[in-house]
Amino acid sequence: MLRLNDINKYYNAGTVNEMCLFEDFNLSIENGQFVSVVGSNGSGKTSMLNIICGSIPLDSGTIYIGSENITHMPEFKRLRRIGRVYQNPAMGTCPHMTILENMALADNKGKPFNLRRGTDKRKVDGYREALKTLGLGLEDKLHVKVGVLSGGQRQAMALLMSTMTPIEFLILDEHTAALDPKTAEIIMELTDQIVKSKRLTTIMVTHNLRYAVDYGDRLLMMHQGQAVIDKSGEEKASMKIEDLLERFNTISIECGN
Amino acid sequence: MTLILGVLEEGLIYAVMALGVYITYKILDFPDLSVDSTFPMGAALTASALLAGMDPVLTLILSFAAGAAAGCVTGLIHVKLKVRDLLSGIIVMTGLYSVNLRLAGGRANVPVFNQDTIFENPFLADVIPALLSPYLMVLILFLIILICKVLLDLYLNTRSGYLLRAVGDNEALVTSLAKDKGMVKILGLAIANGFSALAGSIYCQHKGFFEISVGTGTIVIGLASVIIGIQLLCPENGVSLPSRLGLPQVRPTTAVIAGSVVYKACISLAISMGMEANDLKLITSILFLIILVVSTERRKKVKGLA
Repeated sequence: MLRLNDINKYYNAGTVNEMCLFEDFNLSIENGQFVSVVGSNGSGKTSMLNIICGSIPLDSGTIYIGSENITHMPEFKRLRRIGRVYQNPAMGTCPHMTILENMALADNKGKPFNLRRGTDKRKVDGYREALKTLGLGLEDKLHVKVGVLSGGQRQAMALLMSTMTPIEFLILDEHTAALDPKTAEIIMELTDQIVKSKRLTTIMVTHNLRYAVDYGDRLLMMHQGQAVIDKSGEEKASMKIEDLLERFNTISIECGN
Repeated sequence: MTLILGVLEEGLIYAVMALGVYITYKILDFPDLSVDSTFPMGAALTASALLAGMDPVLTLILSFAAGAAAGCVTGLIHVKLKVRDLLSGIIVMTGLYSVNLRLAGGRANVPVFNQDTIFENPFLADVIPALLSPYLMVLILFLIILICKVLLDLYLNTRSGYLLRAVGDNEALVTSLAKDKGMVKILGLAIANGFSALAGSIYCQHKGFFEISVGTGTIVIGLASVIIGIQLLCPENGVSLPSRLGLPQVRPTTAVIAGSVVYKACISLAISMGMEANDLKLITSILFLIILVVSTERRKKVKGLA
C-alpha cells in the first residue's frame, strides 16, 4: 500500500509568486489498484507523481510504501520498485543505443552494472519474444538505433522496458498524450494487458477522459491540490464521461474561465 | 620519412588523450576542461617517478590512476557540489597547475633524458634489431594505443559501459534503472582523465622532459581529433567514407585515433608551409574553428555549453 500523509508543497515559497499546490493532501492506494487521475492543467496531477517518485522535494508530510517510510529516499532508490513512463516518448529509451542494447539495459535493472557482457546472448530470443507482443515489428530491428523509431514505437518500448523487471508500482504520466489517436489506443490496450498480467499497482495520469473512465478500478479528479472526485469499485464502473465533463465545467465556472 | 614518423608519433600519443575526450564529449556530453591539466599531471608525475628510479611501465599505470583521481574530483565538484560542468573542469584545471608544479618537485621544467623510458631501456636495446630502431617509437605507441582502444571498446560493451553510454544519452533512464546518474558521470570522468594523464606520461617519456605548459590547449586537440575522426569515418547522419569505399564500418574509437593523426598532420603541414612554431596555438585554434564550422557540431555545442 502506498500512502501520502499530510503532504504540503509550495512553489516559490516566501516570494510574491508563492503558490500553494498541496495543503494537507492525503492519499492511499491499495496494492493492485489501477488508479486513473484526471484534472485540469496545474491541478497537481504530475506533481503528485513527482512527489511519489521523489523527483521534487516535499515541504512537509510523509510517504510510506507499506510500513516503510520513503519520504527521504532519493529518487533513484525509489525507482528500484517503481516503473515510470513519461509523456515524452524520448524519456524512456536511449536514442543512440540499439533496440537490443536498450532491452538489455532495462533487463539489468536491480542487478549490478558490472564488467560482465552488456547483452547476454542467451536472452536475445526472450527479448525478441517480448518485442513481438508489441506487434510493431521491432523484433526484426534489434540492431537499429532507437533514435530512428517513431514516437509510438519508442513509447511502446518504454512501456515494455519499464515493466520488464519485477516492480511493484507503475507510474504513467500522460503516456499516451504525445501519440496519434490510433497509436495511443494501441499503447493503452498494451498498458492494460501488462498491468493485469503483472498485477501492478498503477497510477495513470491522463487528459483522455474516456481512458480514465474505461480503464482502471479507481478514478481521481484533481483540482487545486485536492481530489475532488474519488470513486472506486462499483461507483467507478458506473461512471460516464458526461459526469466528468460536468464536473470539469463547474470547476471552470468557479475559476472564472 | 622522418616527418611522417613524427606526425604518427605525435598523433598516436595525443590519440590516447583523445579517447578520453571521446568519453566526455561524445558519450557523456560533458565539456570537460580538466584534461588540460591531467595531461601535464601525467607528465609531471612520470618525470619525478623516472628520476626516482621507477620502472617506466609502472609510471604509465601510476599516471592513469592519478588522472582518474583528478577526474573523480571534477565529477564530485559537479555532482555533489552542483557546480556547472564547464566550471567544475576549470576549477580542477586551475588548481592542478600548482599541484603539477609540486609533483615535478617545484620546477616548471624537468629533463629526464638520461633515464630509462618505455622507448629507451636495456631490454628493448637487446631484443630489437638495429634495422627496426627508427620505427621503434611508432611501433610501441601503436601497441599502447591498440591496447587502450581494445580495452575501451570492451568496456563500452559491458553492463557498466552500457550505463555510461546511457547517462549521456538519457539521464532519466539511468534514474529509472535505479542507478545514481551522478556516480556514473564521475566514473566516466575518471576514465577520461585517466587516459589524458596516461597520454601525458607517454608524452614525457617520448620527449624526454616535463614542461608545465605542455597541457595548454590539450582539450582543443582532443576535441578536434574526436570531431575530425567521427565526421570523417563514422558520422551520425549521412554515409561514412569507409562505407562509400566499400570498406567495413569503423568503430568510433578507431575513428578518434585516426582523427588525432590527421589533425597532427594538418598542424605539421601548416608548419612546413612556413608558419613558425610560435604560431602553433594560433594555428591550432584557427584549425579548430574551421573544423567546427565545416562539421555540423557547431549549433549543438553552443547550446550544450550555454
